[in-house]
Amino acid sequence: MQVSRHWRLQQQRYALVGQVCTDCEEKIFPPRGVCPNCAKETDAQFEFSGRGKVYSFSTVYTAPAGFEGSAPYTIGLVQLEEGPLITAQLTDIDNDHVEIGLDVEMVTRKLLQDGDRGVLVYGYKFRPVVPVWELEPEDALFALA
Amino acid sequence: MALPAEMTQPKIMKPARDVGIAGYGAYVPRYRLPAVEVSRVWKEGTGGTPIKEKAVPGLDEDTATMSVEAARNAVTRAQIAPTEIRAVWVGSESHPYAVKPTSTIVAESIGAVPSTMGADWQFACKAGTEAFQASMGLVGSGMAEYAMAIGMDTAQGKPGDALEYTAGAGGAAYLIGPAEESLAVIEGSYSFVTDTPDFWRRANKPYPEHGSRFTGEPAYFKHVVGATEALMDAMGTTPSDYAHAIFHQPNAKFPMRVGKMMGFQANQIETGLLVPMIGNTYAGAALIGLSAVLDVAKPGDLILMTSFGSGAGSDCFQLRITDKIEKRQKLAPTTQQYIKRRTEIDYATYTRFRGKLVMK
Amino acid sequence: MTNVYITGIGQTPVGEHWQTSLRELAWNAIEPALTEANLRYPDALYVGNMLSGAISGQEHVGALVADYCGFRGVEAVTIKAGQASGGLALRQAYLALKSGLVETAVVVGVEKMTDRAGSELVSAVATGLDADYEAAQGLTLTAAAGLMLQRYMYQNGLELRDMAGFSVNAHANARNNPNAMFRNTLKAEKFPAAAMVASPVNMFDTAPDADGAAALVLVAADAPPAPQNGMIPIQIVGSGVATDAVALHDRKDVLAFEAVKASTATALRHAKVSNRDIDLFELHDSFTIFSALALESAGFAEAGKGWQMAQNGDIALDGALPICTLGGAKARGNPAGATGVYQAIEAVMQLRGAAGDNQIENAKTAMIQCIGGTGASVATHILAV
Repeated sequence: MQVSRHWRLQQQRYALVGQVCTDCEEKIFPPRGVCPNCAKETDAQFEFSGRGKVYSFSTVYTAPAGFEGSAPYTIGLVQLEEGPLITAQLTDIDNDHVEIGLDVEMVTRKLLQDGDRGVLVYGYKFRPVVPVWELEPEDALFALA
Repeated sequence: MALPAEMTQPKIMKPARDVGIAGYGAYVPRYRLPAVEVSRVWKEGTGGTPIKEKAVPGLDEDTATMSVEAARNAVTRAQIAPTEIRAVWVGSESHPYAVKPTSTIVAESIGAVPSTMGADWQFACKAGTEAFQASMGLVGSGMAEYAMAIGMDTAQGKPGDALEYTAGAGGAAYLIGPAEESLAVIEGSYSFVTDTPDFWRRANKPYPEHGSRFTGEPAYFKHVVGATEALMDAMGTTPSDYAHAIFHQPNAKFPMRVGKMMGFQANQIETGLLVPMIGNTYAGAALIGLSAVLDVAKPGDLILMTSFGSGAGSDCFQLRITDKIEKRQKLAPTTQQYIKRRTEIDYATYTRFRGKLVMK
Repeated sequence: MTNVYITGIGQTPVGEHWQTSLRELAWNAIEPALTEANLRYPDALYVGNMLSGAISGQEHVGALVADYCGFRGVEAVTIKAGQASGGLALRQAYLALKSGLVETAVVVGVEKMTDRAGSELVSAVATGLDADYEAAQGLTLTAAAGLMLQRYMYQNGLELRDMAGFSVNAHANARNNPNAMFRNTLKAEKFPAAAMVASPVNMFDTAPDADGAAALVLVAADAPPAPQNGMIPIQIVGSGVATDAVALHDRKDVLAFEAVKASTATALRHAKVSNRDIDLFELHDSFTIFSALALESAGFAEAGKGWQMAQNGDIALDGALPICTLGGAKARGNPAGATGVYQAIEAVMQLRGAAGDNQIENAKTAMIQCIGGTGASVATHILAV
């Protein structure tokens, strides 16, 4: 069982907390020691909005240990609106409806569980943006089933 | 219904300073199991169904993740910094851990840690309104400016049991704050509790048990009526004063019947009556009914909400909508938007999603 | 300046060696290499391996193999760089020999994969990815290749069948390789219909996990040593290693193998040759997308056009740049950390003129290249006769 390994990443995984380079303003996720753009040392935190677009995707049919029960699931490279790419599962979507360019938003979901007895690990996934439409009067008046 | 004298002399709960709802947020998972699917598998399609369909959580969802999303919606509507939240309280009968708080997962996710209280509440279907009431006290006493109360569940019914038709998933989060910052002021609250074992789940058992018809008159009706009539009596209101009323909704019939028993009209109840479309969301049921009402409520509207939790008790609330509501309604997805985000599944997929397939 | 020569080669068939353990596999490759080179004890042993810990519960493989092979006391170390481990082991041996501190070395690439199966094996292979930011999300190596292939097809307007040529070529070339795992013909029209592993990568797109070991004897000398047992020594004339971000999402361009580009440039410069001088290229075709991108990043095709070399016959044995001449990872089999050494052996066979029906005419200069993970570690070597 592993506890500390996942615990130390919680802030990043729960709320997409990365970094911003104080020199060149590059937005960085996941956090790293040195800015990939200007090579200056980084330590300023930055919380990403969670909005992005699908850059690429793959539906996993042959899953690794701990993920068998979820297969087939789709994993994506998501381009965050602030710039970086991030690897994450796409959720709340039919596998055959995923396409490059799809607008997605971050949600916090169960990533895995550490065996039968270990901790539940939560973190970011992305899903199609929940569409916002104006309420129509009949929406509020469901007849009884 | 005749009530003992001591039950008609209620002490209305009202905090020292006025409090209200600063923000709210709903969540309903995407999947729907039509009740006819349960009927197909267990009754060969004979007989009626208590609802149309129920919401089912995806494989990666549980009470913690669903609470996080509802809580984020509530913070977005309240437009406050999450660090101002002094309590994150989650009421549920389906906490992911037997021991380890759900509330810390939610608090960490929304950025409310570490200067906050965190606790999980338990009282069957009224765990959420308990947290709501406690938040009133915390903010009303001046100990906190904001407190988060969540009612959320991913309820399980035993396969083939009557509850399997209705045991749904969803709920809502409420950010309780000072009345002057609120989209609805909470004018009073009353709780009505007795030891009535109508429904329970023993430790380490996966599915709950219930007393069948015993869940009706001595449990649901007695407590909902007891709490509601006592509150109205003390507040000097009559059913017609309320624009909307929400009663705990384990199925479609009970809330309509209990409303009629007390003199409410169907059109007062329908806006918050979500059980036909998402099932019984247990600790979330009354609170998500309220979120659906808040989505369409107008300034000045008077709202009544009464929960019911087996075991048993009811919490009743009276709320007055303020003019802050209109702007905040549009800041996050509405309850109906979540309900419209709907993907139908069959019983086989449902058993897979709910961990009913033996994998090892 | 001292030169480095390969004087002996040995390999096991690639496949399922149910009766054979990790250390035995290594010995089964080392023994014929020693015999061929007429060597009993090397000065040093370099073991390339990726998965001994995850699959066999065994680390410290350098000493383990040294002892099993009768090299007790000899300097030995395990080199781990994902699926590039074999190429990196060759690189370490090369550096040691070049330094003058070591005069003879054995390089063995060994991988025992069949002792884990199913999801456990998938997880073991995924340890070559970024554990916290890729594998924890459920990414597998094949899914990572899927992300690359999906994007590649999108950007270049391709369909899955356009990639078939790489796998068809590999299977055709393995037909005459007795050590290859799959010696059957693959028809291009069957390619797109195979079962998906991680879309769009299917069973015919991906190289099979397998057991295998391959070994080389290397000697340092100022001039080519006399052939032992009639075997012509092959010189390592160029060597280059480079790295890239382990995680795909950390790269500037997920469709550029930057480490391929850098290590190829270093190896070519070092060998004082250019792309035009390369007679054959043993690239690491774990997936068709790896082949296409390796051809592009190594400078044999323009960006987005590597796939065309598989369509127009350029990569065939009689083409402009034969690749995977004895089956490559796709058909010979892909024993992870051993692959880089298999590539060296196959290049040696071509340069010796010993590749039988698959012989590339007048092969004088060969490039071999193995790729760890999705391109994070790349070792490129140029061999010449």
